[in-house]
Amino acid sequence: MERELPAFTILAPEIFLLASAVVILIADLFLKGKQKIISYWMSVAAILATIIITVIAQIGCDDVILSGTYKADIFGVVLKVTILFIVAGVFIYSRTYLQVRELLKGEYFILAIMGTLGMMILVSAHSLITIYLGIELLSLSMYALVVYCREKNSSIESGIKYFIMGAVASGILLFGMSLIYGVAGSLNIFEIREALMTTKAIPLSIPFGLTLMVVGVAFKFGAVPFHMWVPDVYHGSATAVGLYVGTAPKIAAFALAMRLLVEGFDAIHTQWADIFIVLAILSSIVGNLVAITQHNIKRMLGYSAVAHIGFILLGFVTGVTDVTNGYLSSMFYVIVYSIMAAGAFGIVIFLSDKGYESGEIDDFKGLHKRNPWCAFIMLLIMLSMAGIPGTAGFYAKFLIIQSVLDAEMLWLALLFVIFAVVGAFYYLRIVKCMYFDNAYKEKLPDSRFEFRILLGVNGLVILGFGIFPEGMISLCRMALL
Amino acid sequence: MIAGINFPALSIIVFLPIIFGVVLCLIPERYKNLTLPIAIIGSVLTLLLALLLWSDFDATSGALQMVERFSWIQLLNIEYYLAIDGISLPLILLTTITTIIIIVTADRTIEDFKLYLALFLLLEGILIGVFAAQDSILFYLFWELSLIPLLLLIGIWGGERRKYAAIKFFLYTFFGSVLMLIALIYLGSNSGSFAIEDLTIKGISPFYQQLLFMFFLIAFAIKVPMWPVHTWLPDAHVQAPTGGSVILAAVMLKLGGYGMLRFNLPIFNSVSADFAMFVIVLSLIAIVYISFVALSQKDMKSLIAYSSIAHMGFVTLGIFVIFQFKPFDADTAALAINGAVFQMVSHGLISAALFLGVGYLYKLTGTKMIADFGGVAQKAPVFAAFFVFFAFANVALPGTSGFVGEFLVIIASFRANFLIALISALTMVLGASYTLFMIKRVIFGPVTTDAVSRVKDICFIDKCIYGFIAVLVLLLGLRPVILIEMFQPVVEKIIKLAI
Repeated sequence: MERELPAFTILAPEIFLLASAVVILIADLFLKGKQKIISYWMSVAAILATIIITVIAQIGCDDVILSGTYKADIFGVVLKVTILFIVAGVFIYSRTYLQVRELLKGEYFILAIMGTLGMMILVSAHSLITIYLGIELLSLSMYALVVYCREKNSSIESGIKYFIMGAVASGILLFGMSLIYGVAGSLNIFEIREALMTTKAIPLSIPFGLTLMVVGVAFKFGAVPFHMWVPDVYHGSATAVGLYVGTAPKIAAFALAMRLLVEGFDAIHTQWADIFIVLAILSSIVGNLVAITQHNIKRMLGYSAVAHIGFILLGFVTGVTDVTNGYLSSMFYVIVYSIMAAGAFGIVIFLSDKGYESGEIDDFKGLHKRNPWCAFIMLLIMLSMAGIPGTAGFYAKFLIIQSVLDAEMLWLALLFVIFAVVGAFYYLRIVKCMYFDNAYKEKLPDSRFEFRILLGVNGLVILGFGIFPEGMISLCRMALL
Repeated sequence: MIAGINFPALSIIVFLPIIFGVVLCLIPERYKNLTLPIAIIGSVLTLLLALLLWSDFDATSGALQMVERFSWIQLLNIEYYLAIDGISLPLILLTTITTIIIIVTADRTIEDFKLYLALFLLLEGILIGVFAAQDSILFYLFWELSLIPLLLLIGIWGGERRKYAAIKFFLYTFFGSVLMLIALIYLGSNSGSFAIEDLTIKGISPFYQQLLFMFFLIAFAIKVPMWPVHTWLPDAHVQAPTGGSVILAAVMLKLGGYGMLRFNLPIFNSVSADFAMFVIVLSLIAIVYISFVALSQKDMKSLIAYSSIAHMGFVTLGIFVIFQFKPFDADTAALAINGAVFQMVSHGLISAALFLGVGYLYKLTGTKMIADFGGVAQKAPVFAAFFVFFAFANVALPGTSGFVGEFLVIIASFRANFLIALISALTMVLGASYTLFMIKRVIFGPVTTDAVSRVKDICFIDKCIYGFIAVLVLLLGLRPVILIEMFQPVVEKIIKLAI
């Protein structure tokens, strides 16, 4: 029984976040009209406090607690802190947007915080049941968030699409888990791993269950052919929600793949890596090609997310070799990608501030003349997404390509860089709109102070990781040791 | 050596123009008048630094000098490694001279003048970085970054089809670069270091060696540009603003040849020999076929652009013809590559001057079409004299710098194959025909159109600039040894590594 008390100190960040969600929920009942802004400040404060608590409570930990269902380690801390920072950024970016549309209510923040809690649980999950709980907590919050702007038909349509497909994917994942449980006799990831190591002849139901679980993981990532929901959700939901869905949950999906597939099924890495190759190639091809034809910036970002997921999956394909570590590349990539996506959505949200829904790529026309600072940050983000050196996106691609080459798969690297050139085209189109085209709208008003600061920091981080990536890379390396 | 430089001169010369560029961007609107003076100070300081580098440079040694080497990203083995040798130095000098010319002659009336100058300063720093970087990833960083200022320059201040030209330019080069990136990472992993001098193909299977060689070749061929991947260049040149055309022709095109000398020859010794004939044939096509294309151009800028492609054919020919020598002769090989490097510098000066001239006419008349001109000599005699002089230099008239490079390459080609020499020597006729045909129609004859009646003669500053370039062209034409002795030791070193 001595074990119980320390277990709950380790769990402090999750408990704190849940408690703050409850407090905000109750407090929000008593706030009216303009006072709702207090919920916003409370939510931002809760997230920032959780960051501090996470660092204090879990740094240096390497424990499996709660009878093997929860694992606290550096990997978890790094990902949780990143997720929390991004969610705090999401709140700050969304403020004006929500205020103008009178959507600034407690529901948005509570759902987002509960989703964040789901992500945190997912990041630390060490048993099939916790993994599933984390996924469901995250997914249910996101289903509700997507239809948050319920006057909009497209919002409801995308919400229903997302819900139905998500429910099927969760079912498939659960079915896969049950098959694995049937063979391994345990829900604990560590015990499943041991069982796989010791078994000589692996029964057929293992790869069968594994494939079903990979489908679930691919759905959460939004990899082709399980990507259908991504553009619809990005496009249909309110931009503030798209901002949330498009950033932090990608890190959670990465954590899911790490905890479930890498930690649990390392012994049969080749079996699921082969599926990942196909998913990665399809994602890169479909994502990049279809993004070219988009007129809506949010849809384009959706397909570009699919293309980036292709790169992230490549890191899982190569795994650990003598020199490079594919998981490290993927981890760096997914963190960098979330930061870039947050910035890109931040600009989209900025353009749609005055009660007007931005969304068309044409809205970026002449942005350089209307707001040079904003245009410069967007230029930086687009170059980073295209993988130009000097920006974080370059080292993300660099690490992935290095591990692919190290695994002697030159053809795969070749295919991916060629599609990166295709991808550069649609990022350049945004640059073209901002700098080369004439503005047809009036000058933009300045945004809120905190918004401008955050945008500047966001750009600076992209530039900083592009010039001095060492700190982040070594952090990822420490997390994976 | 006059006095050993104790400060990080190379870092300063790379980052000084970049800092000036950033400062220019941040100048508030009410101090607009300061823009040009600050830009001029920035570029002149950079030139002075470059001259200081030259004075301190030991031309007798082929080794890397002014080395600055620090670990940058330890986990990935990437270093911050700057150093120059005899090939980098002339190109750095060329870059600094070109930038000053562009900034002094820039048209002050254009929109967003501040950003225009800032981008040229940024580009200057980045290009010096390309020539000074000795770590391949650092090289790649500068190489890729150089695309962005030019992309914006063409896209914002370009002509009618500027958006198309800018994106075509970017994607074409980006395609080549990503292939090079794969090759760099592969070689770097194989060699355990990304420093260019440490890269080696030892231990790589022959098929992969050839593949990696091709990746480099494609990247550099697009930049040179060689036939058949040249189609971005006429578009970019025709659409770019004057300054953009000048820096593109004077410096950006030289990156391709520079890359071949830095990577293809020293690293892939035997593989280069396998592909030599292939490159030579492409170069000859560029020299002959592209010259004919130039002959049929109606737009002056596009004519000079095609003439650039034909002239750059001599650079690639000179670099790869050395593998065809039977028997091999190191002295003749040195002749060929000296010719190639000389041609890079000389073409930089001549094409810069020609584009400047066309830009001047365009500013006054609003047209670049040859048919719209005639009799410029009567309205602007001094300008016409300079323009004709540079046109003759472009034709490779003996006594001008244009002659030396081509002559050296043709002479060396005789050692390889009479046919190669014969075909490449056709340029003497073809180059003369398209250039003089343009000169005849534009400069001479009676004044026939309204456009020409608007032409005035150049002002004092412009006379100084043209005069300065003309002096350089003549000086290099009459005493080429000034330049050749600078890179001769490096060329010999490269040949030793290549054969």
